[in-house]
Amino acid sequence: MSMRDTPLWTWHVIAGLIILVLLGLHMGIMHLSGVLHFDAMSPAGDSPVDWANVAYRAKMIFFTLSYIVLLGAGLFHGLYGLKNILFELGPPAGLRSAISALLLLLGVGLFALGTWAAFTARTVALAASSM
Amino acid sequence: MPEVKRYPNRLGIKGWFGGGRWGVERYLYTLHRLTGLGLLTYFLMHIVVTSRRALGAESWTAAMATVGAPIFKVGEYLVFVAFAFHAFNGLRLVLVELGVLTGRPEEPVYPYESSLDVQRPFMVVMMIAAAVVMLLGGYEFFFMAH
Amino acid sequence: MANEGTTNVIFRVRRYDPDRDAAPYYQDFTVPVPPGMVVLEGLWYIKEHMDATLSWRVSCRMGVCGSCGMLINGSPTLACNTQIHDVARDGLLMVAPLPNFDIIRDLVPDLGPLFDRHSHLMPFIVREDHDEMQEPSDQYWQSADDLLEYLQFTYCIKCGCCMAACPTFATDPTYSGPQPLAQAYRYMIDSRDGAFEERKAILAGEAGPWRCHYAGECSAVCPKGVDPARAIQLMKRELVLDYLRLGKLRRRKPAGVLPPEKKRGRREGIPEHPPFTVEGAG
Repeated sequence: MSMRDTPLWTWHVIAGLIILVLLGLHMGIMHLSGVLHFDAMSPAGDSPVDWANVAYRAKMIFFTLSYIVLLGAGLFHGLYGLKNILFELGPPAGLRSAISALLLLLGVGLFALGTWAAFTARTVALAASSM
Repeated sequence: MPEVKRYPNRLGIKGWFGGGRWGVERYLYTLHRLTGLGLLTYFLMHIVVTSRRALGAESWTAAMATVGAPIFKVGEYLVFVAFAFHAFNGLRLVLVELGVLTGRPEEPVYPYESSLDVQRPFMVVMMIAAAVVMLLGGYEFFFMAH
Repeated sequence: MANEGTTNVIFRVRRYDPDRDAAPYYQDFTVPVPPGMVVLEGLWYIKEHMDATLSWRVSCRMGVCGSCGMLINGSPTLACNTQIHDVARDGLLMVAPLPNFDIIRDLVPDLGPLFDRHSHLMPFIVREDHDEMQEPSDQYWQSADDLLEYLQFTYCIKCGCCMAACPTFATDPTYSGPQPLAQAYRYMIDSRDGAFEERKAILAGEAGPWRCHYAGECSAVCPKGVDPARAIQLMKRELVLDYLRLGKLRRRKPAGVLPPEKKRGRREGIPEHPPFTVEGAG
């Protein structure tokens, strides 16, 4: 591990708090909308994952941006956590660098994919509604 | 100093799971890691699967049909349970690890009261909150038709 | 020995002789235990009556020196202040060396790694002025509140029980562990210390508190009520606040020597000490 753990851990905690808020909202919309009677974000009725509801949210810039923030926070929090757990199993120095590099690559790659999907889905949904 | 033969005696991973008269918080430490690993595994797959919404309605509906099978529903609920635990326990950990719930240092007078005792009521409240969310989610997952 | 209330307790002791044994094994001894007998006395009984080769580390036998830490029925604690009848289950008492340290022999762990880590984290007060640090010109001024910030952590006797209880130290040989980190905080927060920047640099990496995830077991087992987990979380708090430019330690000037007007003479009515009994003392 590097000498940068004070900032990394601080951001790990900040990312955790961001996830607490945004993932709480996500779970509220996806899995608790029935018991909480919170279906304003799924106006087409039925399941929150029906395309009509997904498209409805994809058109709102709030969801596009909050997905990207949640994606970044989630990837950083999760992969830094995984790195800590792996490092605490006492791997040799060479393996450590490999783990760090691999996790960084995975994080950047999935962040790029998710960001592309969030913007493209918005474009697709907006185009469909203007037809 | 002459070289003395030693026998390694590190508990290793089995020290995460038990083998002693350990306290509750120690098991929460292990559960927090396990739920974290589970959530991360799901999250990485979730990113890939939900990215198909960028390919339009048909691709999305096909993806949702694949993961809509009952076995996935049970698995998804397990992820929800892990989320509820990890979120509430995580909130406790943030407050403890930033010294909010540890209490100030005090002179140790027997019987000792440690930071564990200071944070324990909050820990109990958080676990109850997590259980309530798990039950609410369970009701929605299995008893409410979408 | 056969007092009223004496019952037989089986001591299941982990044995290891580096010259003879490939691996540790358990050996049973039946010990007559009167009320009030502590684990250490039970071990002495075995050594005197049954097996003179049984080895462990002991010095003060009253919870002060920190030599007799061992794993007693699954919990690391001092053998000298643990009542057998409090912890024995169904007449059985498991006694093993502290885990997470190499075994040297029987119940003797190699505490070297603890002391190495302890000294690595600068367990002493540092002053910018080197001469002043070596030969302080006077006592440093410190308030009762300043003292309370670290007093609890000074009670550490380095028995190693916290290290044996830590689940992270159980897997990670590079982790500093609860004892050294608690002592690092004890000096970091001391108002007389002036080396926050130096300490910060060491604690920002591998040796720092970031591998602690508050399993809390160190504080649960500490026989002196030191609460290492509290010290480690308070340390994280200071380091995080400092990173966010909100900390008070970076601006703290180490306490100066006692100003003359604060000085008080000897209070009235306190008698002089008796003559020294050793030649040249005082």
